[in-house]
Amino acid sequence: MNILVCIKQVPASSKVEVDPITGVLKRDGADSKMNPYDLYALESALRLREVHGGTISVISMGPPQAKAVIREAFAMGADQGALLSDRNFGGADVLATSYTISQGIRKLGEFDLILCGKQTTDGDTAQVGPEVSEYLDIPSVSNVIKIEKVEDDGITVQMDLPNELEIAKVYYPCLLSVDKDIFQPRLPSYVRKTETKEREIPIYTLEDMGDKNKTHYGLNGSPTQVKRIFPPAVNDHREAWHGTAEELTGKLYDKISELKFI
Amino acid sequence: MPRLEIHQEKITDKKALIDICPFGALEEKDGVVSINAACKMCRLCVKKGPAGAVEYVEDAVKPTIDKEKWRGIAVFVDHVDGDIHPVTYELIGKARELAAVIHHPVYALFMGNEITGKCEELLHYGIDKVFVYDDPQLARFKIESYTTVFEDFINQNHPTAILVGATTVGRQLAPRVAARMRTGLTADCTVLEMDENTDLGQIRPAFGGNIMAHIMTPNHRPQMATVRYKVMNAPERQAEKSGVIEPCQIAADKLKARVDVLDIVKKAQEQTIEASDVLVVAGRGIKKQEDLQMLEELAELLGGQIACTRPLVEAGWVDAKKQIGLSGRTVRPKLIITCGVSGAIQFVAGMNHADCIVAINKDEKAPIFKTAHYCMYGDLYEVIPRLIEKIKAGKEAS
Repeated sequence: MNILVCIKQVPASSKVEVDPITGVLKRDGADSKMNPYDLYALESALRLREVHGGTISVISMGPPQAKAVIREAFAMGADQGALLSDRNFGGADVLATSYTISQGIRKLGEFDLILCGKQTTDGDTAQVGPEVSEYLDIPSVSNVIKIEKVEDDGITVQMDLPNELEIAKVYYPCLLSVDKDIFQPRLPSYVRKTETKEREIPIYTLEDMGDKNKTHYGLNGSPTQVKRIFPPAVNDHREAWHGTAEELTGKLYDKISELKFI
Repeated sequence: MPRLEIHQEKITDKKALIDICPFGALEEKDGVVSINAACKMCRLCVKKGPAGAVEYVEDAVKPTIDKEKWRGIAVFVDHVDGDIHPVTYELIGKARELAAVIHHPVYALFMGNEITGKCEELLHYGIDKVFVYDDPQLARFKIESYTTVFEDFINQNHPTAILVGATTVGRQLAPRVAARMRTGLTADCTVLEMDENTDLGQIRPAFGGNIMAHIMTPNHRPQMATVRYKVMNAPERQAEKSGVIEPCQIAADKLKARVDVLDIVKKAQEQTIEASDVLVVAGRGIKKQEDLQMLEELAELLGGQIACTRPLVEAGWVDAKKQIGLSGRTVRPKLIITCGVSGAIQFVAGMNHADCIVAINKDEKAPIFKTAHYCMYGDLYEVIPRLIEKIKAGKEAS
């Protein structure tokens, strides 16, 4: 089985502040890691390969330094990987990102199964997986919490819905967004890290894409535009309660009574 | 085609300019500053850099659509076997507000099997037209069939904006539809506002909720947005019905999907924290797992539930379903009492719409106090047991 896992490099911490004087985003650009949700997708791929054989490829999109997460995937056991990186891909919203990734996937090869994490920790949209599947014209299932059965023509999975579990067979080629805790991700192996240190990671630019029309990528291919960014509103109705434990308890008790919860 | 051009001669301090970029997209090579693929086009370098050093150039005219041809605000009806998810009514309320600004109709899109009888209820909420696709092949959510129906609805009716609940189904369906229509989609909007030219302002937390982003879809229609449950307000149900139901047909062969639903297993029903009016939240100020019992007791006395912050889930003390925040659930209870919660912005983004927020924390500098309506500067270990006693005594006395 040929499996592809989509991974992304995200900031190690989502701590971002707006400088109150300059209005500039303060963000530590140096620290980054693999999107934690992608580890579950990668682990799912590794488990499937252990039982059913095949190869695992990874694909990522980002600046050249995003190669680091592909190296990390190698250290966990992925066989090959490619990075989509081009100045023309910058400033992409969900639609342009999904389109770029789908073009990259077509370039990389043919896959039976594409695995994505539930969402990223920086974008938090959970939208790229389903959009990629649309561009590739393949079925997709999100919220996958268990893989039940692997057959020659498809894979049977459990989809977590609010009140029920749906067990569905999805035919290849298909895309699954796996939930957290589908499997416990393994740690990267030092031995594999050393072994794969020299493994080449091709960088795909606009020139490598089947569709070379610049206006379909990056900011130009993005229907949504960020008009402005601003710090979140601070609630200004505030009442401070100080005092002894008895006084504080009394105040809280009175408030709860006033709201008619006791 | 907008792009950034760097005028090297106008750069006064290369390092200072490079440092402006929060994404590390500016780099110096052989004395020349250039922009790499990490650029998000936030244009901070244009605004904050030396005058004229980085220039925003927009030279090609974007294809513009005829916005006049796109009319109506549509709401996707989220349901399971005809039981309509309450987020649907909240979105209808918002759609009515948006539609009023531009004098457009409000539509509901309802797809499923044997649902025609359930449409009537929607007419009590001020919908102008309910479009119903009732077909056995739509009995279960299958992304391909549902997307095809959605596409058919859009092509027939050209709504200018579409609102979808950010539920399990909505979060998969909306992006697939957006990709098919080659249009923009903004996830988890917290504020939606309509411009007179029918452009929808979509505001959502970005970068883990630390920044709010105001997003527009100026040159594409329909404009699509998802909204989480309990973010908008549901309108009052009206005794009188209004609006019409329009049955729609689609060719059966278009509904084929490459997914077979084999079985549905009911999960044990549990009350979710989203459904609770009162939440008592445990934060890192809780010293050991046993201490959660006291918060559970308080929650029970108040007819609510306990919830928690991320570190407690990571410690394995509390089930992940109880976690509030961007990586957990968004809640909007009538009363929330946070106990020993510092108030990281990711947490706050999941609860700051609560009607009444009481924060208990020893640390006077805890950021939660910027969000709380009632800030109790005290030790939860001293207050909570006393409060429990007082409530019990009060109940006995009455």
